[in-house]
Amino acid sequence: MSDQNANDGGQPRFGRPRSEPTEPAEPAEHVVLEEQIDLWRGYVQRRRAISAADVDEMEDHLRGQVSDLTASGLEDEEAFLVAVKRMGNLDEVSREFAREHSDRLWKQLVLVPEEPGDGGRWRELAVVLALAVGAGIVLKVLLAATVGNELVLVRNGVFAVLPFLAGYFVWKRHVPWRVSALLVAITTAFALVVNLYPFEPGEFDGAGMTEFLAITHTPVVLWLLLGVVYAGGAWRSGARRMDFVRFTGELIIYLALIALGGMLLIGLTFGTLSLVGVDFGPVFADWLLPFCLPGALLVGAWLVEAKKNVVENIAPVLTRVFTPLTIVMLVAIFVVLLVNGPLTDVDRDLLILMDAILVLVLFLLLYSISARDPLAPPGIFDWMQLALVGAALAVDAVALTAMLTRIAEFGFTANKVAALGLNLVLLVHLAWAAWLATGFVRGRRSFGAIEHWQTQYLPVYAIWASIVVITFGPIFAFA
Amino acid sequence: MHIDKDLVAASATPLVLGILADGESYGYAILKRVNELSGGRMEWTDGMLYPLLHRLERLEYVKATWGTSDVGRRRKHYAITASGREALAERRQQWAVVSDALKQVWQDVQPGPAVAEGWA
Repeated sequence: MSDQNANDGGQPRFGRPRSEPTEPAEPAEHVVLEEQIDLWRGYVQRRRAISAADVDEMEDHLRGQVSDLTASGLEDEEAFLVAVKRMGNLDEVSREFAREHSDRLWKQLVLVPEEPGDGGRWRELAVVLALAVGAGIVLKVLLAATVGNELVLVRNGVFAVLPFLAGYFVWKRHVPWRVSALLVAITTAFALVVNLYPFEPGEFDGAGMTEFLAITHTPVVLWLLLGVVYAGGAWRSGARRMDFVRFTGELIIYLALIALGGMLLIGLTFGTLSLVGVDFGPVFADWLLPFCLPGALLVGAWLVEAKKNVVENIAPVLTRVFTPLTIVMLVAIFVVLLVNGPLTDVDRDLLILMDAILVLVLFLLLYSISARDPLAPPGIFDWMQLALVGAALAVDAVALTAMLTRIAEFGFTANKVAALGLNLVLLVHLAWAAWLATGFVRGRRSFGAIEHWQTQYLPVYAIWASIVVITFGPIFAFA
Repeated sequence: MHIDKDLVAASATPLVLGILADGESYGYAILKRVNELSGGRMEWTDGMLYPLLHRLERLEYVKATWGTSDVGRRRKHYAITASGREALAERRQQWAVVSDALKQVWQDVQPGPAVAEGWA
């Protein structure tokens, strides 16, 4: 810059006699020019088809042009405007760059940088893989120790794997040791409850109702505890909770993709080895499963963390696709339930299916909220969401009426109460969300209220799941 | 003079390759050279030069290196490659054919009144 200033200062100015002294004016003019060029850089850099290196190249051009124009007698500002005009319409230039560099319009996720020097990424990958192997070893040991007693394996599988995923986030988020210690204590307490309760065996020596409920609800508690670790201990923050929601949604999708790829790979391996008479089954069951399942979870989590800000979230896109379809499904179910009533033959399965439907609706609601600009005004999709929740509540009301009638007639069981309880928890969540959404689309409430309600309500699921795990055994005599 | 954009586009590649055949250069200098060669009558949209240079780089007709200008700015220099020279020779032959054809067309065109009068 100083060279440029000296160079410009040395040039005589033609066509403009000046009475004022030269020295004080120069720096001010160049300051304005620098500001103008900075603004221009920012403007150009917003075009995805034009890379930072391209902007450097064009800036060199622009400055050269400005320099020549000022040498021929123009003031800085005039020279800048002429030079920018000669660069051409930015839309057209950008389109030409896009034609030549179309790959830039697709965002690429760089997992591990190729340049040496960024050791952080490699270290993180090493930590992830080490934790994955650790989880695999623990699961393998558990598998060997529980031969012939599959219920012990099923009860403890989640305790073998989730602590390693938590370890990844403890390391990554520098979680305070007090928070970690408390979470370890809570997790240990749940492990003791699940393993020490004298559950009665069910049919064919399988799990009884209360044991089954404990097995299915423990992962819910542990996952929401993982949310505390994910938030770096700041679990009271609504923004951190929503981040955990986003993470969970993307993780499910990445795990589904990894599972599909894994199945393809294993299928090809089975097929090829069977042609030469080798049975791949034992290797698969004894070694691949114990190591690949936790491995997929750890690697999936790492991928989701790596992709933040680089690749768009998929979950909210899927909600856009499935919200209208689900509305149609719910309306159809509602009509069929009414036409085919009274629901004399419905049983517990209906209530469980209703719970599943409400969970689906909750996910659709949650993930579209997680990606919505809170300051945008209500639009057609917000009305569609309101219709979705309304339809779900209507269907649930019909099913619930029938279910309550049957419970009153035939009495309570652990499964019925658990299904009913979850239904009520979901009902409260969705009903209040519908109330807030109505206020929002009518312009009486802010979107922030809806978002806040979602994150505020999350602990209720952990509390309900904990109640099921801890109290249903004693209440229902461990049957 | 306004020159049709299709003609500008068609002539851009041989012009840039020809200028680089004279020696290594950079974007702004190339543009100034085009201006000189045309006697100021070809005015390119400056920004369009760079996607073209990148395309020539992708085709390996030119090689690019980042250097520093005499006032300390980052500057990308371009040099023609062997395959670039081959491409230039090929374009030259193509233009020679077109030029010959056009020359005959110009000669066959019925001379206008002014020209005829001039000859008389």
